[in-house]
Amino acid sequence: MSSAGLSARRIAAMCLRHLYILKGSWPRVLEMAYWPAVNMVVWGFTSQFFATTSSWVAQAAGVLIGAVILWDVMFRGNLGVALSFLEEMWSRNLGHLSVSPLRPGELVASMICMSLIRTVIGVLPAALLAIPLYHYSIFDLGLPLIAFWVSLMVSGWAIGLGVSALVLRFGLGAESLAWVLIFAIAPLAGIYYPIATLPGWLQPVAWAMPPAHVFEGMRSLMLGHGFRADLLASALALNALYLGGGVVLFLRVWQGARVRGALLNVGE
Amino acid sequence: MTAITVRSVSKAFGPVVAVDDISFDIAAGSTTALLGGNGAGKTTTLSMLLGLLVPTSGAITVLGEDMIRHRYRVLPRLNFSSPYVDLPHRLTVRQNLTVYGHLYGVDHLKARIAELTEELELGEFLDRAAGKLSAGQKTRVALAKALLNTPALLLLDEPTASLDPDTADWVRGYFQAYRDRVGATIVLASHNMTEVERMCDHVLIMKQGRIVDQGSPVALIERFGRDTMEEVFLDIARDRQHPAQAEP
Repeated sequence: MSSAGLSARRIAAMCLRHLYILKGSWPRVLEMAYWPAVNMVVWGFTSQFFATTSSWVAQAAGVLIGAVILWDVMFRGNLGVALSFLEEMWSRNLGHLSVSPLRPGELVASMICMSLIRTVIGVLPAALLAIPLYHYSIFDLGLPLIAFWVSLMVSGWAIGLGVSALVLRFGLGAESLAWVLIFAIAPLAGIYYPIATLPGWLQPVAWAMPPAHVFEGMRSLMLGHGFRADLLASALALNALYLGGGVVLFLRVWQGARVRGALLNVGE
Repeated sequence: MTAITVRSVSKAFGPVVAVDDISFDIAAGSTTALLGGNGAGKTTTLSMLLGLLVPTSGAITVLGEDMIRHRYRVLPRLNFSSPYVDLPHRLTVRQNLTVYGHLYGVDHLKARIAELTEELELGEFLDRAAGKLSAGQKTRVALAKALLNTPALLLLDEPTASLDPDTADWVRGYFQAYRDRVGATIVLASHNMTEVERMCDHVLIMKQGRIVDQGSPVALIERFGRDTMEEVFLDIARDRQHPAQAEP
């Protein structure tokens, strides 16, 4: 079955390739869920402490836990894309893939599918664990949760594709960007505090990033100010822009690698 | 009938010209070797035939399609094997073949894997991780991957590198049998002159990015007045004049 030149069979084959790895290595699956869970536990207790001392946090129990869980959606979304690509470089498999009928667009689609699977495996246990531990369910956010989740994951994909492009261009020496780059965005995303907290000159930079709109929207909902459709709309519009940019950048670097002869000579 | 047509192809990496204005044809159903010393331009040429590398100038037609513009029309009908490109280490042999079978759109994939398992004697390590195989086993798995889609064109980069003589001989025999059975075209880059003499109908000899000589192994040996392709290769590599053409 083909659509717009992409083959579902080949995309599924690439997902299968990564699922085989997950199936064969339970420590990998455990690790995926481990960090979000530990992060959530630490912030959960911090949140409980603040709730007794800070009127702002007391207004909305779980505002910090919710932020932690949603931040992990974006972080895992980024890692899911970047790790799927790095796996091909680590195993020196890019040469075989490049001469197979797999198109670069299908490779991107499979990386995104795998990111979705990895994010659910990673974040869902943390979200469920928060219910018995702190009597906080992020699922109480209702339908807006789906919007927040999708928006943050798309942001993660855009960053993951950018990282993959940089690794393909500059080699495995740049692989740490998969973990590091997203933390450069964290202070501007307003994960744990309103964007108004930032210095005035920095606020426009923050508003140019989709996560700032999502976390502001999450706080608005949790603090009882209602669902802000305007924030969600701007987040989605910005995400479309960034994801489009990420895809174009990756495909251009891929084409550049064909000109430079870099696809055969990659690996550890 | 021609399987590959290369016309005035050059490839430059910045100021370095790796392939310099080469032209040649490869007949369908033949086995052709690309010979040359290190840095002669063999791998660059092979990469351009695969569409893995975009030429700086020139035209390449593979199986009737423009390889530069329409490579995805050709890729399902060709395949490639190289000891320098691995299959995912953590996947078992069976999983690797399953993934690549789907990528190549192989029908009746399980039956095809079973067929290759028997032909290439993979059964003993079919469910072992690819990273835990010996060099000989890896070569057989790479061969199975390269033959999954029963390619009309097989491009091989040093197909018997790092193999013991017995396994290497077996691999050569298998390629010959495959070509005869399917009518496939085989192009290989090799440093093994015995292999070239045994397997190839035609040889393209490259030096400093150019094709400096070509012909059948028998014709080249005769023209150079030598006994083996190895001696012919050394004559060309060391810029020695053809003894048959040298003045007394």
